[in-house]
Amino acid sequence: MNFKLKDIVPQLITVTAVVLVFGFFTYNAQINMENRGIDFGYGFLSQESSFDVQFSLIEYDGSHSYFRAYLVGLLNTILVSVIGIIIATILGVIVGVARLSPNYLINKFAAFYVEFFRNIPLLLQIFFWYFAALRALPLPQDAEAMFGVFFLTIKGLYVPAFIWQNFSVFFYSVVAAIIAIIVIRIHAKRVQENQGKQIPVFLISIGLIFILPLLSFLIGGVGLSFEVPVLKQLATTSFIYEGGVSLPPELIALTLSLSLYTATFIAECVRAGIQGVGKGQKEAAASIGLTPNQVLKLVIMPQALRIIIPPTTNQYLNLTKNSSLAAAIAYPDLVLVFAGTALMQTGKAIEIVSITMFTYLTLSISISLLMNWYNKKIAIQEK
Amino acid sequence: MSKINFLRPDKSNLNTFLYLGSFLFFISVLDVFFNAFFSLNLTGFLPNFLSFLLPLILGFVGLYFIRIEFSGIRYLDLLNKHINTNNFNAILSLLIIFVIIKSIPPVLSWFVIDASFAGDSKDVCTGSGACWTYIKVWMRRFMYGMYPNAEQWRINLSFIALVLMGSVGYFATDRLKKYLTLYYVVIYPLIAFLFIFFFISGGPVFFDFSYGIIAAILSIIIGFFIPAKYKFYYFLIVPLALYIILKYFIFFEEYIELGKLDGLNWVETGAWGGLSLTFIISFFCLIFCFPIGMAFALGRRSSFPLIRYISVGFIEFWRGVPLITVLFMSAVMFPMFLPEDFFIDKLVRAIIAISLFEAAYVAEVIRGGLQALPRGQYEAAKSLGMGYWKMHIFVILPQALKLVIPGIANTFLALVKDTPLIFVVGLLEIVGMLNLAKTNPKWLGFAMEGYVFAAIIFWIICYAMSKYSYNLEQKYKTDR
Repeated sequence: MNFKLKDIVPQLITVTAVVLVFGFFTYNAQINMENRGIDFGYGFLSQESSFDVQFSLIEYDGSHSYFRAYLVGLLNTILVSVIGIIIATILGVIVGVARLSPNYLINKFAAFYVEFFRNIPLLLQIFFWYFAALRALPLPQDAEAMFGVFFLTIKGLYVPAFIWQNFSVFFYSVVAAIIAIIVIRIHAKRVQENQGKQIPVFLISIGLIFILPLLSFLIGGVGLSFEVPVLKQLATTSFIYEGGVSLPPELIALTLSLSLYTATFIAECVRAGIQGVGKGQKEAAASIGLTPNQVLKLVIMPQALRIIIPPTTNQYLNLTKNSSLAAAIAYPDLVLVFAGTALMQTGKAIEIVSITMFTYLTLSISISLLMNWYNKKIAIQEK
Repeated sequence: MSKINFLRPDKSNLNTFLYLGSFLFFISVLDVFFNAFFSLNLTGFLPNFLSFLLPLILGFVGLYFIRIEFSGIRYLDLLNKHINTNNFNAILSLLIIFVIIKSIPPVLSWFVIDASFAGDSKDVCTGSGACWTYIKVWMRRFMYGMYPNAEQWRINLSFIALVLMGSVGYFATDRLKKYLTLYYVVIYPLIAFLFIFFFISGGPVFFDFSYGIIAAILSIIIGFFIPAKYKFYYFLIVPLALYIILKYFIFFEEYIELGKLDGLNWVETGAWGGLSLTFIISFFCLIFCFPIGMAFALGRRSSFPLIRYISVGFIEFWRGVPLITVLFMSAVMFPMFLPEDFFIDKLVRAIIAISLFEAAYVAEVIRGGLQALPRGQYEAAKSLGMGYWKMHIFVILPQALKLVIPGIANTFLALVKDTPLIFVVGLLEIVGMLNLAKTNPKWLGFAMEGYVFAAIIFWIICYAMSKYSYNLEQKYKTDR
């Protein structure tokens, strides 16, 4: 009999403890809700929300449902995360490479940047940009135009809006270009493996991505015009810009601080990745006659990326989770709109907090599953 | 002297190029310097565009002239190697030098020259610089929050005592340190915790905790005499039993008058705040999250499937959600899960929430260390006849923890940087106090000074911690 008391008892005790704790919580929650006359259920999601949101990507006002409010918050969170990730990646790669520069000044400058922004709490940085730095911007009527079309004011950044005609044709042309590039890449790889011939994939790709959309303008009847924001007087001292797209200062402060903060961590990942590729690899590649560009593209980068990508994905996740700090400066993200305003109105604490947590959990776990899959794919195949 | 080719600086005309190049470089730096410090434009007679670019062009040509390989002059070679390797690097170096020179005067004047230090009201802040008077007047609030002025010695005393307790260990001899280690890991945090909590709040909680400590110490001492076979069951039951006996059957409080220390008023946690609260929260969470994290790291690598699944679920749950929602949960959802007349203080709730959150990260870091150990270590320990706990305490954990010092330090740094988030539950540490002070009608418009002040403080704390962890890492690095 391989049944051992010593194996069963610890598991049994742990499980009992967990079940007891959860049971205790559920029991109390039931009693508390009964006493306060709250009923548990997710039916409120379809009710009219009757509150307004300052900034939303989809059409929304008080007459829409709570579920719609949830979507507004989620989309705003995703918007800020995506912009932040793009800026942080560009900045992080530049700083990470600069950290390895032989130039003493550049090296120290990058190190200073990393040490400076990494050691200050993100919330403090957000507050600094929002309450101190962006408040020093000019009023709408005093703002000077940048490049004639951008207006950076205390009420936000005003940029021209694109007005498309036949947008769908343009969109399909871009999709077609991307599909064509993928097909060509696969074909080029096959040709290289079979015949050893190299096809200039990069040049063809660049050509395709420009030419196909250009054709859509010339033939497909796609039109593009800009709507430049124009200053308009509301009252004697109150001015706003009309037309164009306005980015609220909350969004600017949030993306700025998130990307400046996360870029420091990405820079360290990039540095570690490039340093992690052995010097011998570079020398070996050079000695078999590869050009410096080829060494970088075919030898260094594939190995460095293997080290860089997992921790960088983690940083992307952190950025997404940190974007919930938006609630502190009233940027209407998921936490503020849903776990803040909607919770205050409905009083459904358990349901709303659980939905919010579940959303973030789904986001995180799906990204980490994706990362695990990628890791497995690029891991060195050891024999 | 051979013929000079200005497009190709070489060693044969070293002196000519050196004098010419350094002269041009010097001129360019001088131009920027005068421009920045005395707002004088030496090249004002030139067209606007040219006058703007001239220092860059001059400096570039100067650096080009002195870029002579193997010149034989040590400093010149060093300069060329470090900031002047090629044209691109030369321009970047020049830009950085100019930016530094340009940014010194405004920064200096804001921080020092035009700033106001004296006085105790807003009226003295008329200059264009920073108003440090604001910081000076609000200093107590930034440090202690709403803690009553008359009672603030208690916080000071607690921290001084904590530093003393710590330094005893720091300056102890190596031989003593070995014995002190156990004390530091188990008993010292509890005493420090008790001390701080009891002193700062001043209340009856003291006794509940002291029973726990006495029970723990007693059971450990008795535990040495229990045969190894029964140790597991012993530690499962006895500490709890001892605690219950002490609490309900021996009326400790009647014999010791300590709990009736008069004059120490209860200061409710809502009044705590400022930088001291940052320290208190970081300290407590640091103490709590480490053992919890260690337990879950071991749980995740346990051979019992049920324990493993529970640990994985716990870790992945806390790692997947942002801290702000966890604090939201502790503020609005957690009270629903407790019996109606049962109340947990919001500071304690925040500390529990942050500790559980950071414990998940600590667990992952420690798991990394456990995985990095070669399997031979486990097998060797087992072959010596060690059980699970003996193997982990004496063989595995000391090595694994040594490996993950940087990771743990990073987690603790993140913890310190996360403390401002407690504004969600309505507690105001230093950043929260800043936001409160900036909305005070008497002191409007000094947001910048406040944030800069807090940023400097946090930067010093975090930078010191990261440097200390780097030192630890170097110290405990063993060649494997």
